[in-house]
Amino acid sequence: MQGGSACDGGSKGLKMGTTIIAIEFDGGVVLGSDSRVSAGESVVNRVMNKLSPLHDKIYCALSGSAADAQTIAEIVSYQLDVHSIEVGQDPLVRSAATLVRNISYKYKEELSAHLIVAGWDRRDGGQVFATLNGLLSRQPFAVGGSGSFYVYGFVDAEYKPSMTKEECQQFVTNTLSLAMSRDGSSGGVAFLVTIDDKGVEEKCILGNQLPTFHDP
Amino acid sequence: MSSNNNEWRSAAVSTGTTIIAVRYDGGVVIGSDSRASMGGEYVSSRVINKVVQVHDKIFCCMSGSLADAQAVTNAVIHKLNFHSMQMGEPPLVQSAASIMREFCYNHRDELSAGFIVAGWDRKKGAQVFDVSMGGMVVEQEFTIGGSGSTYIYGYVDAKFKPGMTRQQCVTFTTNAITLAMDRDNVSGGVVHLAVVTESGAERQLIPGNKLPVFQRI
Repeated sequence: MQGGSACDGGSKGLKMGTTIIAIEFDGGVVLGSDSRVSAGESVVNRVMNKLSPLHDKIYCALSGSAADAQTIAEIVSYQLDVHSIEVGQDPLVRSAATLVRNISYKYKEELSAHLIVAGWDRRDGGQVFATLNGLLSRQPFAVGGSGSFYVYGFVDAEYKPSMTKEECQQFVTNTLSLAMSRDGSSGGVAFLVTIDDKGVEEKCILGNQLPTFHDP
Repeated sequence: MSSNNNEWRSAAVSTGTTIIAVRYDGGVVIGSDSRASMGGEYVSSRVINKVVQVHDKIFCCMSGSLADAQAVTNAVIHKLNFHSMQMGEPPLVQSAASIMREFCYNHRDELSAGFIVAGWDRKKGAQVFDVSMGGMVVEQEFTIGGSGSTYIYGYVDAKFKPGMTRQQCVTFTTNAITLAMDRDNVSGGVVHLAVVTESGAERQLIPGNKLPVFQRI
């Protein structure tokens, strides 16, 4: 690998061309992401965990420009901390999503990141919010990142309402595996986070343990 | 959410499209949507058939610029007919793909169209060839093409199984095109199908209200 191409990353910026997904089940949510960070054609990190905690039971999935997404997540994490002290209890998932949306919308010309916010709170249970381009939309599931285009058909066909926690985990794993095998900017390992009233479970599925599908 | 520009009026007609062909033991199932668009905003035809018969048992699906696709397809029909008369027997699917490839490769700088060539011949039975825009030819068990195909890569990778029956292939094809039409705004309308076997070719049309419905959120 020549030195020249390795230095290209600086001018192109670190991009998390990625696949992220979050899905709600009765009692919680499952979030999933791949682990590739690319700069131009080179993979600068093949084990990046793009599922970032905003609070104890609220996580967000990062995609787009790595710097922008991480900065938004850090700012919102701080704002949520202050907010939860002010109200004296755990913040709502909707509050976290609104804070993310406010930053995404206000700086939409300068920023290039899409965060999916998902978590569990006592009032509404498991919730998934999409905040693409500054909108706020609660959905039963959301997909994002460059790899998501290849799996729209799959998630449209396979999603059923009222899936159990295990079915959701399998759904997320299958979707990530399919996207990672078609999208050049997604790859590596799959990270899964399951959040319910009992707590948070983080899991990492290695590349050779991912489900395999038809590979022409 | 509307735009006030009229760029579509001067845009070329393109078949932003979804095309698919899948082979099974005994034949091929070929399918497409039916939308032709201009500039991504105006639907210039909602009933166009992109599955074209180039010979008795060989079909091809068009994608990309409609003008280019039609021009190439007509040239292929002519050349294949001539070739078949010279040989004195029905042409091979590979010959059709090869002729298609000649045009696409030799004029690759001027053309902007991709094709799927599929059919049945006596030598190798059912075959599916993907002839992409620059002129690369790949034979596969199934292939998808067009702008709408991006959205169904995950679905077809997950759902395709070798050894499917004809009916399973028809369902697979119809579902894939429906899912792509649901997500791609330049694919839509009805589903045109063609099934080619040793005994001949059969066309089918599935209108919009008879298409499978997937969960909506």
